[in-house]
Amino acid sequence: MFDKNTLDSYKPTDNKMFSRIDDEGVPLDKNWKPDLSSELILQSYREMLFERTADYMAVSYQRQGRMFTYPPNLGQEAIHIATGMVIKDDDWFVPAFRELGAWLAKGVSLKEIFLYFKGNEDASRFVNAKRMLPVSVPIASQLVHAAGIGYAMNYLDEKAAVFAFVGDGGTSEGDFHEALNFASVWNAPVIFVVQNNQFAISVPLHMQTKSINLAIKGLAYNIPSILVDGNDIFAMHEVIDYARKQAIEGNGPMLIEARTFRMGAHTTSDDPSKYRSKEEEELWAAKDPLKRLKAYITNNKLADLSNEDALIAEYKQKIDKGFEAAEQHPAYKLDDVFTHMYQEMPAELKRQKNNLENFMKDGGVK
Amino acid sequence: MKVMNMVQAINNAMDIMLTEDKSVVAYGEDVGVEGGVFRVTEGLQLKHGVNRVFDSPLAESAIAGTALGMAIAGLKPIIEMQFDGFVYPAMNQILSHISRFRNRTRGKFSVPAVIRIPYGGGINALEHHSESPEAYFGHTPGLKVVIPSTPYDAKGLLISAIQDPDPVIFMEPKRIYRAIKQEVPEEKYSIPIGKAKVLQEGEQLTIIAYGAMIREVQKAMVLAKQKDLSIELIDLRSIWPIDRDTIRESVRKTGRVLIVTEAAQSYGPAAELISIVNEEAFLSLEAPPTRLTGHDTVIPLPMGEKYYMISPERIMFEIEKLIRY
Repeated sequence: MFDKNTLDSYKPTDNKMFSRIDDEGVPLDKNWKPDLSSELILQSYREMLFERTADYMAVSYQRQGRMFTYPPNLGQEAIHIATGMVIKDDDWFVPAFRELGAWLAKGVSLKEIFLYFKGNEDASRFVNAKRMLPVSVPIASQLVHAAGIGYAMNYLDEKAAVFAFVGDGGTSEGDFHEALNFASVWNAPVIFVVQNNQFAISVPLHMQTKSINLAIKGLAYNIPSILVDGNDIFAMHEVIDYARKQAIEGNGPMLIEARTFRMGAHTTSDDPSKYRSKEEEELWAAKDPLKRLKAYITNNKLADLSNEDALIAEYKQKIDKGFEAAEQHPAYKLDDVFTHMYQEMPAELKRQKNNLENFMKDGGVK
Repeated sequence: MKVMNMVQAINNAMDIMLTEDKSVVAYGEDVGVEGGVFRVTEGLQLKHGVNRVFDSPLAESAIAGTALGMAIAGLKPIIEMQFDGFVYPAMNQILSHISRFRNRTRGKFSVPAVIRIPYGGGINALEHHSESPEAYFGHTPGLKVVIPSTPYDAKGLLISAIQDPDPVIFMEPKRIYRAIKQEVPEEKYSIPIGKAKVLQEGEQLTIIAYGAMIREVQKAMVLAKQKDLSIELIDLRSIWPIDRDTIRESVRKTGRVLIVTEAAQSYGPAAELISIVNEEAFLSLEAPPTRLTGHDTVIPLPMGEKYYMISPERIMFEIEKLIRY
C-alpha cells in the first residue's frame, strides 16, 4: 500500500524509481500485495490490450489515407489505464494528446478520437465525457488551465481532482513551471503527470534537461513529487490513487514523473530511426508494460493468456465500428466554420459568412 | 449623481459585479492588498475577501491561462495585466487558447473572462509601460476588444464585458485614468459592445478615434471650430467588433475621414478602419481616407515621447490638409 512513508522513501533527489514488478512480472518486494483485485488486474490488462489494438488500427487507418495524422501511444498504456482506473466522472482531465486509454476511461468515444485526427472540431464536444478538455497542441500550455480549474474547485468547494498531462519536453516550457508554482501557492488539487517517454519528437531527454530526473522539478515548488515506473501498472495505479486522495483531502498538488518509452513514432509523420538506435528500442521492448503485466498474470495463474486471437478480433471489430462512425459523421458544413467563434455571431462574421455563401451559390466551391 | 474619474468608475463596475455575482473573481499582480499599481481595484479585496480579489504570483502567461481554467469551471475571472507591455508573455494563452476554446470544443466550453490592460503612452514611464497593442487582439478571431474614453463608458462597457459569454480584452487608457471626471450613476448599467458613439456631429470631416486620443481630438476640434470647420467625431469604443454602420453613415455624409490612433501605423487599427471606409463609402469620398498614427518605431522613453505622441496641433494640421484637398 502506497502511503506517505513510501512517498518519503522515494525522494527525487535520490533518483530512485518506484516500481512494484520487474521486467518478468515478478514482485520486487516479496511481501507486497497488489491493491487491485484479480478481476481488476485482468480488466486493466484487457484495457491495455484494447488501447494497443486501437493504436495499431489507428496507424493503419492513417496509412490507408483515411486519417490525416495520429500520435501512437504504444508502450505508454500502463500510465493511461492506471489513470483511467482512478479518475472519476467529476474529476477533470486536462490532456496533452498521447493518453488514449485514459480518454476512453473518461468516456470519450473511439469515434470522437478518430474524428479528431481526421480533422473535425466536432470531435472535441466529447458528448459522453464530463470535464474532459480537448487536445492542447502548444506544449505544456494546458497545465496552467489545470491550475485554474484547481483554483475553481477549491473556490466552489467541490471535491474533485484535476489530472493534467504533459510530456518530458513540456517540462522545459515556462508554463510547466508557472503551473506548478500557481497550483502550489493555491493548494490546487492538481495531479501533474509527466509522461517521460525519453524523446520530444527527436530530441532526447539529455538534450532537454540536466536535471537528474523530472520529478525533482516539483521540489522547488514544495510539491510532493515522485519518479514512478510508468511501465508498471501496479506502481502507477498506487501512486495515482494516492495522489487523487491527497488532492481530494485538500492537500494540494502532486507531480508524478512516469518513466516510459514511446515505442512508436511521435506521430505517423515521424521516422524514429533517424534519431534513436535499435539497441535502445530493444532495451525498452524488454520493459513493455503489457508484456510485464501479462507475465505477472501468467506467473500468478490469474488467467490463461496464451491465445488472445479471439479477444483481439473482437476488439478490432469494435474499433472498426468506431472508425466507421467517424467516417459517417455528417459532412463539415460552411456554418461550422463561423458558428462557434462567439456565443452570438457578430455582424462582421455574418457578413464574411454571407460573402462565402454568395460565392458558393455561384458554384464556386464543390 | 456622483462624480467619478475612470479609475473610480472601473472600480465601481467591478464592485457591482463582485457583489451581484459570486462567480466573479479578480486577480493579477498587486491586485489584492495594494489594489493595483493604479489603484483600480483598491478596497475590493477588503470588501469581497481574499478568495475573490487577490494577488497572484508574477507570471502573466499563468494569470491568463488560469483564468481560462477558472472560466471553463464556472467562474468569471477578471484579470489584470499590470501594463500593456507585460501582456506579451500571456499572448500564447490569449491567442492559442482563450480566444479559441469555444470553437475548439464546439461550444461545450466557453471563456467568459475579462482581461484588463492599462495601455498607452504619455505618462512618463519606463519601457514596456506605454504601448498600444490593441491591433494584436483585434486581429485575433474569438476575442472582443473594448477601449473606453470616458468614466461613464468605462463603467458601462466593463459591466458588459464581465457579462459577456466570450473573452473580452478591456484596454484602459491610463493616461486619462484621472484626467477626466464626469457624473456616473452609482447603479448598474451597461453599454453594448460593438457600438461606436458619435460624440460630435459635423458636416465636413469625420474623425474616428478611441481611448486617450479622443481627448486630443477634442482639443483639436476647438481649434477647428475657431476656423468654422464642422467636424464629426466618432468614439469607436469597440476595436472589435467594429461598428460599420456608424462609420458608413458618417463618412457618406462628410465625404472625408481622418483616423487618429496612438498605435503604430502598419497593419494597425487605422488601416482596418480605412478599409471599411473604402468598402462602405467609396463613392462618397472627396479626399483620400487618411490616418494619423504612432510611428512604426518603438515608443520613445519620456524624453523623446513628444516626437511620438499625437498633439492637437498635429491633428489640426491633418484636418486642414484634408479639408483643402
